[in-house]
Amino acid sequence: MYTQALNQPETGPNAAEDAARLARFEARIDAEERIEPNDWMPEAYRRTLIRQISQHAHSEIVGMLPEGNWITRAPSLRRKAALLAKVQDEGGHGLYLYAAAETLGVTREELVAQLLSGRAKYSSIFNYPTLTWADIGAIGWLVDGAAIMNQIPLCRTSYGPYARAMIRICKEESFHQRQGYEIMLTLCRGTPEQKAMAQDALDRWWWPALMMFGPPDSESAHTAQSMRWKIKRFTNDELRQQFVDATVPQGHYLGLTFPDPELRFDPATGHWRFGAIDWEEFRRVLAGDGPCNRERLETRRRAHDEGAWVREAALAHAAKRRARAAAQKIAAE
Amino acid sequence: MTTIAVAETALTLGLLRLADTALVHAHRLSEWCGHAPMLEEDLALANIALDLIGQARALYTYAAEIEGAGRTEDDLAYRRDAPQYRNVLMAELPKGDFAFTILRAFFLAAQAEPLWRATAASRDATLAAIAAKAAKEAAYHLRHAGEWVIRLGDGTAESRRRMLDAFAVLWPYTGELFEADAADRALIEDGILPDPAVLRPQWDAAVDRVFAEADLARPADRWMQSGGRSGRHTEHLGHMLAVMQHLPRAYPGATW
Repeated sequence: MYTQALNQPETGPNAAEDAARLARFEARIDAEERIEPNDWMPEAYRRTLIRQISQHAHSEIVGMLPEGNWITRAPSLRRKAALLAKVQDEGGHGLYLYAAAETLGVTREELVAQLLSGRAKYSSIFNYPTLTWADIGAIGWLVDGAAIMNQIPLCRTSYGPYARAMIRICKEESFHQRQGYEIMLTLCRGTPEQKAMAQDALDRWWWPALMMFGPPDSESAHTAQSMRWKIKRFTNDELRQQFVDATVPQGHYLGLTFPDPELRFDPATGHWRFGAIDWEEFRRVLAGDGPCNRERLETRRRAHDEGAWVREAALAHAAKRRARAAAQKIAAE
Repeated sequence: MTTIAVAETALTLGLLRLADTALVHAHRLSEWCGHAPMLEEDLALANIALDLIGQARALYTYAAEIEGAGRTEDDLAYRRDAPQYRNVLMAELPKGDFAFTILRAFFLAAQAEPLWRATAASRDATLAAIAAKAAKEAAYHLRHAGEWVIRLGDGTAESRRRMLDAFAVLWPYTGELFEADAADRALIEDGILPDPAVLRPQWDAAVDRVFAEADLARPADRWMQSGGRSGRHTEHLGHMLAVMQHLPRAYPGATW
């Protein structure tokens, strides 16, 4: 579902780059050419992309859990089918993104191992719990809405396989966002209890959704370099503002109140101005102390560990088939 | 939201049996979403569950229309209690491990595939249209589950042991797939649904073919479990419905 600028320090060795190749690479970036897997690229560009794409893939996979929590309890068959299809889409996004990362010379197994060991990050938003059905609406509306703001510019990102994966992903995300908003609209037009459920979900998801855009530009370690290489097209703060501007009128249309007393429209700039984000909470949740961090990772580890025998069996069967086919070929000759 | 009882004719009962089996099995498959042994199976099991939910919706909608009491697909899914559910028992057994899930999906698809193929020629045009679509879906479910039965049966010592364990639990529930009571016989005579006696050899052939490749032997038929199709369930269905029906029952009259 979603990518977040996570502000991790770049620690890899700084390989001595060939100045001429670097100049050619940067000229191609400036000319808006796509970089493809077999093209030369600076190591830092490769590492940045592996980090960003794999974090995005991990976020999709972990993101299946909070929404998956409501599949068996969806309140109508139509909602059940839509939610299951949505969670399935997220798994599919994870799959394409791991494949895109693999074009940069890592394997899915290595990346998954990084996630399960806690070394890799995923979007902080999925460490919050889904407590009522309205959370499924709020996630679609706000979390997928924020994801789209982040991801539309990534359809033009300079690395070809990532950009192409994002085009398909964005189409599906925008469908998810509309579905989520439609759930909210139904609740807000429903009984007073349903409307209260929708308000409570907005109260809990609003600030974490704003944090999805990552730390403020003043603190973002990667923004400048990523902008120069056209991996990123807008800064975290620019995207966050776009999201707020698009989302606040939607919330007002629902008849809901945003949990921000400082939220006001600034006619001079045409922007909605919002209050201070609690960056301490963001850092804390990212560092592992959010409501569901432990549970999300444990769930992923359990699925991985309990599935090990299945993966081994599939490999063993494939090896036996190959051996039998080879034996038959020899017998035939 | 009060519990309803459908006034069952042979046709509505036949439709509910098919729909309930699809929905209850879909529920069990959907419990894997996010927890499967590999991402590809998260997608595949969700895909099968989605097909089954789609089938259930079409069948419920048709059953509600025939009943003529102004009910909807959701009334039938969310407002009947366990004794009104008509699914085969196999579908409601808890999710189990991956071997159990796969073998159940295989047994059910091996019955559904010839059933839907035959029903595509039903004298009931609505049911025939539902069946034509479902037959294609069931063919994929059968292929997918069958390939996994072979992989697990032929894979490692552990996968084979798990497959045999699943087999021992599930086999006594296979008899119910081919039962025919008076309501079924009425539908068979009217050319609405096929005779299970005709489906059985096709199921046997699919099972024998996959088992031969997986190097699994089928046991001699012995006592078989029965009752789901007439509303006598295992202890598990009530828990499933408590989860599934929770919201509409907690907020009666709300629209979602």
